[in-house]
Amino acid sequence: MAVRARDSILGVFGDPDTVVGAVEGLRNAGFTGSDVKVLSDTPYPEGAFGETPERHRLYVFPFMGAICGFSVALLLTVATQLAWPMVTDGKPIIAVPPMVNIMYEGTMLGAILFTVIGIIFESRLPDFGPTPYDPRISQGYLGLLVSGPTSRIDEAARALQSAGAIEVVTTDGARARA
Amino acid sequence: MQDRRELSPTKINADLLNFTLKTPLWFWIVAFVLSSILGVAAITYIFILYYGLELLGYQNTIVWGFLITNFVFWVGISHAGVMISAILRLSQAEWRRPVTRAAEVMTVFALATAAMFPVLHTGRPWRTLYWAFPYDYARGIFPDVRSALIWDPSAIFTYLSSSAMFVYVALIPDLAVARDMTTGWKHSMYTVLAMGFHGTGRQWKLQTIAGILLSALILPVFVSVHSIVSWDFAMAILPGYHATVFPPYFVIGAVHSGVSAVATLMAILRKIFHLEDYITADHFDALGRLLIVVATGWLYFFLLDVFFGPVGEGATELAVWNLRFFTFPYSILIPIMIITGYLIPVPTWLFRKMRRNVTVMFWTSLCVNVGMWIERYYIIVPPQSFKEPFTFEWVNAYLPRFADWILVIASFALVSFGVLIFAKLFPIIPLFDIKEGQVLKQEIRIGRVRVPAVIRE
Repeated sequence: MAVRARDSILGVFGDPDTVVGAVEGLRNAGFTGSDVKVLSDTPYPEGAFGETPERHRLYVFPFMGAICGFSVALLLTVATQLAWPMVTDGKPIIAVPPMVNIMYEGTMLGAILFTVIGIIFESRLPDFGPTPYDPRISQGYLGLLVSGPTSRIDEAARALQSAGAIEVVTTDGARARA
Repeated sequence: MQDRRELSPTKINADLLNFTLKTPLWFWIVAFVLSSILGVAAITYIFILYYGLELLGYQNTIVWGFLITNFVFWVGISHAGVMISAILRLSQAEWRRPVTRAAEVMTVFALATAAMFPVLHTGRPWRTLYWAFPYDYARGIFPDVRSALIWDPSAIFTYLSSSAMFVYVALIPDLAVARDMTTGWKHSMYTVLAMGFHGTGRQWKLQTIAGILLSALILPVFVSVHSIVSWDFAMAILPGYHATVFPPYFVIGAVHSGVSAVATLMAILRKIFHLEDYITADHFDALGRLLIVVATGWLYFFLLDVFFGPVGEGATELAVWNLRFFTFPYSILIPIMIITGYLIPVPTWLFRKMRRNVTVMFWTSLCVNVGMWIERYYIIVPPQSFKEPFTFEWVNAYLPRFADWILVIASFALVSFGVLIFAKLFPIIPLFDIKEGQVLKQEIRIGRVRVPAVIRE
C-alpha cells in the first residue's frame, strides 16, 4: 500500500466553544489556517471558530457567463435574420429592438449558468475523495478536519483529543474515542 | 417575528425529513388520484391529436381559450418562487426560511406546466417545436426573432432552467443530510446528488453568497418573463390586447397570484406534514401583510387598464370593453374577479387575528387564485370574441368543452403531483436555513420580558 505524503484526520466535537479552543490549540501546534477546516450542518458566521477567512473568485463567473450568453444570443439572432432575410413592413432585415429581448434572456441565462458552475467549482465540488467524515455532523455535531504531512497526523490527533474531541476519525475510517 | 421555538438539529432533521424517509398511506392514495386525473387528461389529449382542435371549445375567431388562459395563469403562479425567495433573501427577512424552497419548487413545476400549454394548444406540438427549437436549416424553417411568440420560449426557458438550478444549489446541503441519514439506493442517490458536500466553512460561505447572488440574477429574469408573456398580447394590434400597461399589470398580477399560492401551499404543507413548529402564525401574518400591498397594487393596474383602454382608443376598443363589462357571459367575470381577488381577501387580511388564522389564510388565498384565473380569462377571450366588420357567420361566445375542462383540472393535478413527488424525495423545507435561524437567534431582555431577536434582521 502506498504511503500518502499528506493525510487528514477528523475530530468530532459536541459544541462550538470546544471547537474554538481546538482550533487555537492546533494553531499553537503549528498547523496553519488552510490545514484546519470546520465541518458543520449549519452555516455559522464566518470566523466564528477563529478559522481563516476563505477567498474565492465567484464574482468573476457571472460576468464571464453574461459575456458568453450575450455573444451566443447576438450570434443566434443576427444569423437567423440573415439566413431568412424576409422584409417586413420595409424595416431592416436585422431588427435590433426585438433582438434585445432574446439577447437579454441569453445574457441572464449565461450569467446564471456560469454562477452555478462557479458555486460548484469554488465549493470544491464534486468531492468524493477519501476525506474522513462522520455522519453525526448532520445531527448538529461539529467536525474539525486537520490536514498535514502524514508524519504530523498523530500530533494532530493528540491535539484534537486534548481539546475535547468526542471521537477522532482517520482517513481509513478508524475511530478513536477520547 | 416573536414566535420562535427552540429546535435541536436532531429534531429539525427528524421533523423535516420524516416524509422523505417514511411513506404514509395517504401518499399512495393522493398519488393515485392525481395520476388518474393525469391519465384521463393524457387520453383526452391523444383524442385531440387524432380528431383535431375541434374537441376544444374554439369558435370563429376565438382560438385562444382555456389553454392560453392556463398558460398565463401558471406563469403567474411561477412568480411566487422568486418573489418570496429572491426578494426575501436579498432583504434578509428572517421569516423567509421555511417558505423559500416550497415557493421555488412551485415555481419550477408551475412553469413547466405553463410551458406545455402553448405547445398543446397548437394541436400539432411536434411542428410547433420547430418554430422555437431546434433550428431546422434543412427545411428552411427558422424562428422569427421579431415575433413575441419566440421571445416567450426564450424567456420561459431561461426562467425555468435558472429556477431549477436555484433549487438544486440550495438543496445540496440538505442532500448531504439526507445522505447521512439513509441507506441503500436512497443513500446512493443522495450521495451522488450531494456531490460530496461536507459542510466546510468555504462551502457554507459559497452557499450563502449563492443564495444572494442567484437571487439578484433571477430577479430581472422574473420581471422579464411576465412582461414578455404580456407582450404576446400587447404586441398584437387586436383591440383589448394592445395596451402599454400590460407588462407591469401582468407582473403585479403574477405576484398577487403567486404569493397567494404560496400561502395556500404553506397551509397545506403545515397541515399534512404537521409542521406547526416551523410554519407558524407569524409567517401567515407576514404573508398577509405583503399580500395587502400586492393586491392593492394589482387593483391599481387593473383600474389603469380599465381607464386607459377606453380613453382615446376609439370605437373598437370601447366595443371590447362593452363586451367585457356588459355582455353576458363575460359580464359576470369582472365582478367575480374583483370580489374574489380583492374585496373578500383584502378586508379580511386587514385584521391581524385573521392573518394569523391558517384556515382563513388558506381560503382567502385560494379565493385570490380563483379571481386571478378569471382575470386571465377575461383579458384573453373577450377581445377575440369581438365581431369584426365583414364577418358574417358568427357564434357569440367561447364555450369550453369537456376537453378544455379536463386539461385545466389536469394542470392543477400536474403541479400538485410534481410538488408531492419532490416533497417525497427531498426536504420541502430547507433544513440548513432553519438551523441557521436557530444559530442566529438570541434572546434579549427588554424591561421585564425576554424576547427573541435575530443577529441579522
